[in-house]
Amino acid sequence: MTEQATGTHHPQPRGRNAAQPSAPAERLTGAQSLIRALEEVGADTVFGIPGGAILPAYDPLLDSSRVRHVLVRHEQGAGHAATGYAQATGRVGVCMATSGPGATNLVTPIADAHMDSVPLVAITGQVATQAIGTDAFQEADICGITMPITKHNFLVTDADDIPRTIAEAFHIASTGRPGPVLVDIAKDALQAQTTFRWPPATDLPGYRPVTKPHAKQIREAARMITAAKRPVLYVGGGVLKARATAELRVLAELTGAPVVTTLMALGAFPDSHPAHLGMPGMHGSVPAVAALQKADLLVALGARFDDRVTGRLDTFAPGAKVVHADIDPAEISKNRLADVPIVGDAREVIADLVVAVQAEHDAGRKGDYSEWWNRLKDWKHTYPIGYDAPADGSLSPQQVIERIGQLSSEDTIYAAGVGQHQMWASQFISFDKPGTWLNSGGLGTMGYAVPAAMGALAGRPDATVWAIDGDGCFQMTNQELVTCALNNIPIKVAIINNGALGMVRQWQTLFYGQRYSNTALHSGPDSLDSGTGRAPAGTRVPDFVKLAEAMGCHGLRCESPDQLDAVIEKALALNDAPVVVDFIVHQDAMVWPMVAAGASNDEIMAARDVRPDFGDSDD
Amino acid sequence: MSKHTLSVLVENKPGILARIAALFFRRGFNIDSLAVGTTEHPDISRITIVVSVEELPLEQVTKQLNKLVNVLKIVELDPSSAIRRELVLVKVRADNETRSQIVEIVQLFRAKTVDVSPDAVTIEATGSGDKLEAMLKMLEPYGIKELVQSGVVAIGRGGRSITDRSLRALDRSA
Repeated sequence: MTEQATGTHHPQPRGRNAAQPSAPAERLTGAQSLIRALEEVGADTVFGIPGGAILPAYDPLLDSSRVRHVLVRHEQGAGHAATGYAQATGRVGVCMATSGPGATNLVTPIADAHMDSVPLVAITGQVATQAIGTDAFQEADICGITMPITKHNFLVTDADDIPRTIAEAFHIASTGRPGPVLVDIAKDALQAQTTFRWPPATDLPGYRPVTKPHAKQIREAARMITAAKRPVLYVGGGVLKARATAELRVLAELTGAPVVTTLMALGAFPDSHPAHLGMPGMHGSVPAVAALQKADLLVALGARFDDRVTGRLDTFAPGAKVVHADIDPAEISKNRLADVPIVGDAREVIADLVVAVQAEHDAGRKGDYSEWWNRLKDWKHTYPIGYDAPADGSLSPQQVIERIGQLSSEDTIYAAGVGQHQMWASQFISFDKPGTWLNSGGLGTMGYAVPAAMGALAGRPDATVWAIDGDGCFQMTNQELVTCALNNIPIKVAIINNGALGMVRQWQTLFYGQRYSNTALHSGPDSLDSGTGRAPAGTRVPDFVKLAEAMGCHGLRCESPDQLDAVIEKALALNDAPVVVDFIVHQDAMVWPMVAAGASNDEIMAARDVRPDFGDSDD
Repeated sequence: MSKHTLSVLVENKPGILARIAALFFRRGFNIDSLAVGTTEHPDISRITIVVSVEELPLEQVTKQLNKLVNVLKIVELDPSSAIRRELVLVKVRADNETRSQIVEIVQLFRAKTVDVSPDAVTIEATGSGDKLEAMLKMLEPYGIKELVQSGVVAIGRGGRSITDRSLRALDRSA
C-alpha cells in the first residue's frame, strides 16, 4: 500500500537466500546501524525525545541528513504525530523514546494506532541487557506492556540484529493489515560494534498476509450484488489504507449501489457524490443508518462491524446477507457472520469485483435498485444533517466547523480530537479526497488532534492542516504547539470551546437527568449553571489566546457569528507560525442524529425526541 | 461447549508462550490444558492447547492465533484420528496392608510404580484423560497425598506430519 510496502521506491528486505553477499559490510556501532537502517527504509521524519537508554542512538542522528528528528514535548505527542504523519502520507510513521517512562508514555498512541490500523514503528531504548529484569533505573518491560496493543514487537539485545529487525518492523507495520510495531533496543546493543549490510536477510516464516482474493468468492459476491434489491456498500478504513478509492468509485458507479463511509473511511468516497448516504453509526446520518438497517445485502469493504456502527448487534441489518472483504481474516465473521467471506487487500478485492460485476452485466444480469433509491432519496431529503442556531445569538459549534470547511481549500487536512467536535467535523465538513480526515476512531483518544496535525503537516508540508479540537482535548496535548512553533510546522487549531467536556455533558443531559458531574472545564460551576448557557467572557482559565501566544503561536478569539468568517480568514492567512483560534461556542449544542449506546439502530433519533419514520408499516 | 485440541507450531523464540497465553486471556477464551515442547526441528516448538469453545469462537481463536507473527501453523486434531496423551505422577498413601492392592490397580491400568516408601507409593501413568481419571478414582480411597499432571499432548494418526510444510517455510527463509 505504501511505497515502503511495495518496494517501488525504497529497497525492501529480502529472504535470507536472496541476501546479497557481495554488499560490502561496514563497521559501526549498533546506534549508527539503527540510523542507517532508518535511512534505508525511507524514514524521513522521526518524532521523539532522548533519554538515558536511547542516548547512543541520538548521537548519529545528529549527523543524518536523511532523517529529520522533531523534538516533541511529551512522548505521547511523538506517537500521535507519527500516526498523523502515517495517516496523511500513507507511509510508516516513526517515533522514538527512551526506556521506562519514555516508553510507557508511548502506550496510548500505540494503542490508538493499533485500534485504527496505522502503520507505526516505535523505537525505544531499553536498559542494558545485563540489567534487564533487575528493576533497574528507568526499566519497564515495554514489550510485555505493548504485547496486546502492537501488531508485533521485538526486544533487541544483539547489535547484529538491528538492521534485520528494523527491516522486519517496517515490513510488518506496512503490509497486510497495517499496525504498530515496537522495537525495544538494549543500550549495550546500541553501543556495541557491529557490521551493517543492506538489505538484510529477513526471517518471518510465520508472517504471510493474503492480499489476493479468492476468485470464486468474488464471483459469488458479484452475483449477490446484481441479484440484490437493496444493497449497500459499507466502506471502512481499509479502503483508504489500500488506496482503493478510485476503484471504489468505479464499483459504486458500475453497480449503482449506495455507499456509506465509516468514521475511519471519510474521504474514501466523495461526500458530494450522489450515491453517498453519509456515515453510519451512533452519530451517523439517518439515511446511512436506515439504509444498513433495511438493506438486503451489505458489501463490507475494509470495515469491521464495530459496535459504534452496528449498535445492538442482534438487531443490526436484520434482513441483510453479508459479503465481508477484509485483509485480516480474523475480522471476518468476528461480530457478524459473513455469507461470503473474502480475504484480500481492498484494492485487489474491489478491482476484481468490478470485473466480476461487469461480467454479470454482460450476461444480462444487472441489479435494479430503483425502488431502493426512491426510499433512500426520500430519507436523504427528509433527514439531512443539520442544526439549529442558538436562540441567544451565540456561536453555534456546528456553524464554526462548517464555515472552516467551506472557507479552507479543498486539499485541507483535518485532524480531530474526540468528542462532540469530532462528530460535528465528520458531519459538517465535506470530505472528498482520501487522506484529508485524521481522527482517533477506535480508541477514542482525547488529545489526538494537535500532535496528529503536527505529524500530518510534517509529512505534507505544502498542505493546510486544521486541528479541530475541543477545549477538553486541547488541554491534554497542547504543549506540542511549542514543537510546531519551534520547528516551523504552522498548523491551525480551532478550539471548539464550550467550556465543558461536551460529549460527556451531552450524555449527562440525556441520560443522567442533567446532573453535570465534573464536566465543567474552565469556568467555575456557579457561572456555568447560571442559566444563560454561556460561559461568561473574561473569566476563562486558561486563556487560550494568551496560552497560544506564550507558546509562540498566533492567538485569535471568536465569540459571535458576525465575526466568524473574518476570524477564519485571518487564521488561514497566517502561515508564519501556528494559529490557535478560541471559538467560544454555545455549550448546550448536541450531536444529532444519535443512537443511544446499546440501543438498536432502529431507535435512531434524528434530533431530540424526533424518531424518523421509515415507513416500517409498508415493509 | 465442546473440547477442541489445537496443535500450534511456533518459532522457538523468547516470549512466544506469553504471547499465546495473553491472547487467550484478553480475547476471553479459557485454556483447559496447555503443553509446550520441542519438535524434531530445533527452530520449532509445538504447543498443544485444549480449549472448550463452540465452533464459531474456535474459528476466532484460530484466526487470532494465526495473526501472531511467531505462529507458523495451527491444526485442530480431530479426536477420532488423533492420539492424545497426558502424564500423571501421583503419590498414594500406602502401608503393608494396602500396598499390594495399589500395585494391582497400577498393573490394571498399565501404569508404573516409580517410587516406594514405607508410607507411600508413587505412580507414573500415561494415557487419555478418561483412563487417568478412572485410575485416580480407584486410587482415591487409599488417600492421594500429592498429584501432578501434564497438559495434553496429541499427534495425528497415519504417516503425514503437520510439521512438513512449516519446516519447508522455515527452510526457505533460513
